Amino acid sequence: MAQEAAVAAPAAGHEDCLVIRGITVAYGDKVVLKDVDADVRRGQVIGVIGPNGGGKSTLLKAILGIAPVIAGKVMLFGRPASRMRSRIAYVPQREVIDWDFPVTVFDVVLMGRYPRTGWLRRPGKRDREVVERMIERVGLAPERDTQIGQLSGGQQQRAFIARALAQEADVLLLDEPLNGIDAGTQEVILAIIEEQRQAGKIVLLATHDLVSASCACDCLCCVNERMVSYGPVEETYTPENLADTYGGPVIMLGRSGVDEPVHTHHHGDHAHHHHAHENLGAEHD
Amino acid sequence: MDVWGYFADPLQYEFMRRALAEVILMGAVTGAIGAFIVLRGLSFIGDALSHAIFPGIVIAFLLDQSIFAGALIFGVATSAAIAVVATNRRVKEDSAIGVLFAGTFALGVVLISSSDNFTRDLASFLFGNVLGVTMHDIWLSAAAGAVVILLIVALYKELLITSFDRIAAQAMGLPVFWLDMLLLVMISLTIVVSLRAVGNILVVAMLVTPAAAARLLTDRMPVMIALSAAIGVVSGVAGLFISYHQDVAAGGTIVLVATALFGAAWLFAPGSGVVASRLARGRLAAGAPEAQIVFESPEIRTTGSHEGGA
Repeated sequence: MAQEAAVAAPAAGHEDCLVIRGITVAYGDKVVLKDVDADVRRGQVIGVIGPNGGGKSTLLKAILGIAPVIAGKVMLFGRPASRMRSRIAYVPQREVIDWDFPVTVFDVVLMGRYPRTGWLRRPGKRDREVVERMIERVGLAPERDTQIGQLSGGQQQRAFIARALAQEADVLLLDEPLNGIDAGTQEVILAIIEEQRQAGKIVLLATHDLVSASCACDCLCCVNERMVSYGPVEETYTPENLADTYGGPVIMLGRSGVDEPVHTHHHGDHAHHHHAHENLGAEHD
Repeated sequence: MDVWGYFADPLQYEFMRRALAEVILMGAVTGAIGAFIVLRGLSFIGDALSHAIFPGIVIAFLLDQSIFAGALIFGVATSAAIAVVATNRRVKEDSAIGVLFAGTFALGVVLISSSDNFTRDLASFLFGNVLGVTMHDIWLSAAAGAVVILLIVALYKELLITSFDRIAAQAMGLPVFWLDMLLLVMISLTIVVSLRAVGNILVVAMLVTPAAAARLLTDRMPVMIALSAAIGVVSGVAGLFISYHQDVAAGGTIVLVATALFGAAWLFAPGSGVVASRLARGRLAAGAPEAQIVFESPEIRTTGSHEGGA
């Protein structure tokens, strides 16, 4: 269907560009994520939240077309997302990268150009220009030729953000980019997300940082082995919904104001995800 | 004997000239592909493949066919078998490899025991016989080596990203499974190139040791590949001449030289070597007071589910 849904939809913001319908993912016979539905327009930032093991990464991988999707589909600009791979950029969790690998910041960011380069070809002059610009953008120019293992955690994260930016994609998938980074990096990343929004790109941000998610995102996609809810932040960032998402009675401790991150604890005897302590920002009136 | 004579004298013999050509080829190819083996943690797979192609070589030898063809067929078959068996989540990959390579190696031993010159033939396969290299062997090695090097150059960025970041490679739509298979086939080809020089048992040393040494000396992938190839060549050439003058086995000597070079890199590499690290630590200790870094996890208090309301 939707073959006619204009391939390169002009910046008209009201069209659903990324359409997720009934996505279900299973590894072997273990279903890890069920029935995710979402319609995302250009210029929307979607926060993907939920407990550890709840399927945040899996959802991003399903959109990338590298998770075993057993039902449902992901469409981008009216076509199967698996055929639009070069238009989807991905920033993996830092834990999955081998930081001892002998590549520099420049080498890593250049990999963002590979999808556009094609077999048997080398990245050209324009590719290098884009790479230099993105390194500059994330503030890593002085570390351009540094081996990635020598970088701080925040710099490592920025290097991979630069790689995703260098791909000049329409969809940006960020897997826990805010974990274990310094305040400066957090600022850079949130500013980049805002830029992407302004530029009419789609951003999916999987995160534990509910305060940032509620501030930076337009919509939240709450997952816990299934999709619990999807909708504008105002509707989904509620104690009831978060309790549903995190699988047990959630206690939002805290004073008023967002600047005071609060630890929330849930404890479900029945919850199978054991350590899902999440930082919650409580917005009490 | 002067230095010139040390190298020139043996080269008056045709068999030494051929041996020299063979070890140079072997050193360059094993070194180059070794960079990928080391970075991807495929040492064990390299070892497994070298054992697994053994029956292929034996069968080809017994049938008087090209041992390259025999080795290649078994190399590809084993690579595929490893990849397929490992997709069953209940068999861990290393178990799969262990089962396959021991089994195939045993098959090779049984097969070659039917040969009349059992002991001699077995020894030459297991430990190499570089002095018995023919021109035909050299051409085959050169051809196989050229294929491997060309593939590394042509598919450099694909091999690099598949090794470094598999998810990104998959997300790009690269045929990661086939690239893995291709790498295993390239390793099989390389092993065949090395058989004459160092033999079946010691091949893994040439696949791993020069690259591991090179990794200690550089943080750049292209430099690592080139350095690793250079270390492989130096090991091969030095080992060959030392073995000639000392009248000891060439294959073993080549591997010992490579091991010594690795040891030297491990000790003396600028930055990452043991000596450099000690020196740096000494300077630190002498200078500023030791910085203490404390990692603190945010305090997490657990409250009962019935305490307070949501």
